[in-house]
Amino acid sequence: MPAAPFPHGPSVAFDAVVKRYPGGTVAVDGVSVAIAAGGFVALVGASGSGKSTLLKTVNRLVEPSAGRVLIDGDPVDTIEPHRLRRRIGYIFQNVGLFPHMTVAENIAIGLRLEGERRNDVRVGDLLDLVDLPRDLAERMPEALSGGQRQRVGVARALATEPGLMLMDEPFGALDPVTREQLGAAVRGLHDTLGLTTIMVTHDMAEALLLADRVLVMQAGRIVADATPRVLLAGEGGAVADALVAVPRDQARRLRALEAGV
Amino acid sequence: MTRAFLDALARVPDLLAAHVLLAAAALVAGLAISLPLAILSARHAGVARVTLGFASLVQTIPSLALLALFYPLLLWLSALVGGGIPALGFLPALLALSLYALLPILRNAVTGLAGIDPAIIEAADGVGMTAAQKLRLVEAPLVVPIVMAGIRTAAVWTIGAATLSTTVGQPSLGDLIFAGLQTQNWALVLAGCAAAALLALVADALLGLIERGIAMRRRGRIWAGIGLLGAGIALALAPIWAGGGQARTITVGAKNFSEQYVLARVIGHRLEAAGYRVRYREGLGSAVIYQALASGDIDVYVDYSGTLWTNAMHRTDVPPRPRIVQLVGEWTRQTDGVRLLGALGFENAYAFAMRSDDAKRRDIATLGDLARQAPRLTLGSDLEFLERPEWAAVRDAYGLRFAATQRYTPSFMYRALASGRADVISAFSSDGRIAAQHLTVVSDPKGAIPGYDAILLLAPKRADDAKIVTALQPLVGAIPVAAMREANYMVDRDSDKRTPDAAARWLERTLGL
Repeated sequence: MPAAPFPHGPSVAFDAVVKRYPGGTVAVDGVSVAIAAGGFVALVGASGSGKSTLLKTVNRLVEPSAGRVLIDGDPVDTIEPHRLRRRIGYIFQNVGLFPHMTVAENIAIGLRLEGERRNDVRVGDLLDLVDLPRDLAERMPEALSGGQRQRVGVARALATEPGLMLMDEPFGALDPVTREQLGAAVRGLHDTLGLTTIMVTHDMAEALLLADRVLVMQAGRIVADATPRVLLAGEGGAVADALVAVPRDQARRLRALEAGV
Repeated sequence: MTRAFLDALARVPDLLAAHVLLAAAALVAGLAISLPLAILSARHAGVARVTLGFASLVQTIPSLALLALFYPLLLWLSALVGGGIPALGFLPALLALSLYALLPILRNAVTGLAGIDPAIIEAADGVGMTAAQKLRLVEAPLVVPIVMAGIRTAAVWTIGAATLSTTVGQPSLGDLIFAGLQTQNWALVLAGCAAAALLALVADALLGLIERGIAMRRRGRIWAGIGLLGAGIALALAPIWAGGGQARTITVGAKNFSEQYVLARVIGHRLEAAGYRVRYREGLGSAVIYQALASGDIDVYVDYSGTLWTNAMHRTDVPPRPRIVQLVGEWTRQTDGVRLLGALGFENAYAFAMRSDDAKRRDIATLGDLARQAPRLTLGSDLEFLERPEWAAVRDAYGLRFAATQRYTPSFMYRALASGRADVISAFSSDGRIAAQHLTVVSDPKGAIPGYDAILLLAPKRADDAKIVTALQPLVGAIPVAAMREANYMVDRDSDKRTPDAAARWLERTLGL
């Protein structure tokens, strides 16, 4: 029997999560935060701030050294990792399409793991969902552009109808135009499918434009937790302000250029 | 030459079948061992260091030595578990070749697994694959092309090294190469080499077909390749299934020189006339052939009384020739149940031989004379003589100290003497080339070298087989040394060479056997 997906939009809670690596490096240093069902939360921070590590404790790609992660109140470590992961969509920068499988086989892999064999209709629907032409189904991944590959990655993550979507720098390797399009598409899917989404990004502009709530991390701790509007108002603290200043300054200079000053 | 080549080709099919089975079994065993090890090694760096280190170490051992090492190892193991493990033939050859096949497969598989893009592994974990699913659905398909390249390398190596299994008594195309090299029958060598090379090329091409089929996702090609490989192996198995009457098959052993090949054929012809199927195990070393007989791997062969007297019985005294034969017979019966049916009637002793003109010029007639001039002379020996106790006995009895010693296969030893690269050789007294090359045999006045009567030995389970004894009894005392020398020379001479089989027929006709 296929594992039941999480009811759309589960809540996620981090309870004093610590990740310490052998050698003493502390990637996540006691994070406690609750994410409401149906939220779109961005985790922002510089490289090495611990945001990716924190994200991966949700689908157990990283096991915390201390603390717990709960989905809808259930600790994730009470579910076998592979069962847990089949109920969570996971998208990351390098996509990781299986090069020896067609686009259709890549998209349907989660269904195949659950023992479902005839997935043609579902694959077609998913290609529609991520705005890819259906005739891409029989292509090999190497024949796709970077943007198409990440759309396939999104389709693959959505195939098992997960309620929770984890995204680790999902658009990091894409050109700005594709990035913009795909960002909007993902936000659209989040809204229509009623997902809970956690997105890791180092790009504050992307976080502000896509997310309902932005968590800023530094040195393994959450140093700001606010809505985009509050952060833009300069009420997120020093670290958040510094990150917000970059796109704000860029926007100001662009406006100035436009005005011909 | 053409006829000789066609004769040689006639021997290829049976040996090719044995060669295919051995190489295929070794490759399959190599795969069965190396693939799980590769998976373990890819998961744990510590395991990888040990497995790859071991496989590389095996690879540095010359294949001939690796094969030879399994003989004492299996003997010891067999003794440990109370017998039953054959130390010669298929098993040691299989083990050595399987070990040899490990490295290319293991190294390619480990390299392939380590080289998979980490993003693909992260994706496999991310979509919720178990470790087994990840291996089956992602890792295995991605490393198959690299592993196939390793399998192709291993296949070519294994097919090449399998020619050496002749030396541990496992028939292979090496039988042709070793016999041909020994009797300087180049048609045989050529037939053996060509068949082995062709086999390697065909196996490589078929594995390549499978490899490309996988890369291009063409099931047709993959199955065509597997089908053709399977068909080849099935064809090689056919004679075994058809064989059925294994009990009536007699295996005749032979050491690695012409006289042994000829005598094996004489024995074989008589057994065939008595209604037996006959197989030959040729090219066995002196050290292993007696053990092969004692353990029943071969049924009958000709040895020399002095060889067993010094090497197996470790005797250093030298009683008269008939007494040695009698004592050897009593010893083999008591220790191994081996029956000494009788002496054939001639002796093939170690004899120090020199070019006649050289011996005259240096005034050397006895080993005592030779010892005085030895520090200025080079001794050419066969491959094993310098390791044998006979050499130690002669050396110590006369104080022989040569300026240099050089080992040759017997045929090349005579050439080395003729060309002057050796001044003295450890010749064989029944060798036709002593007379043909006008060599002088240096006498042994102190009697340091024991008698070497050719003796017919029967394996324990054949010792009291009346039918076999009846078939072979007429050979006892029937072969005078002059006839044996002539038959040997037919095989050894450079022009108008005969095959051992033809020389055996000549010997039978001449002696009215």
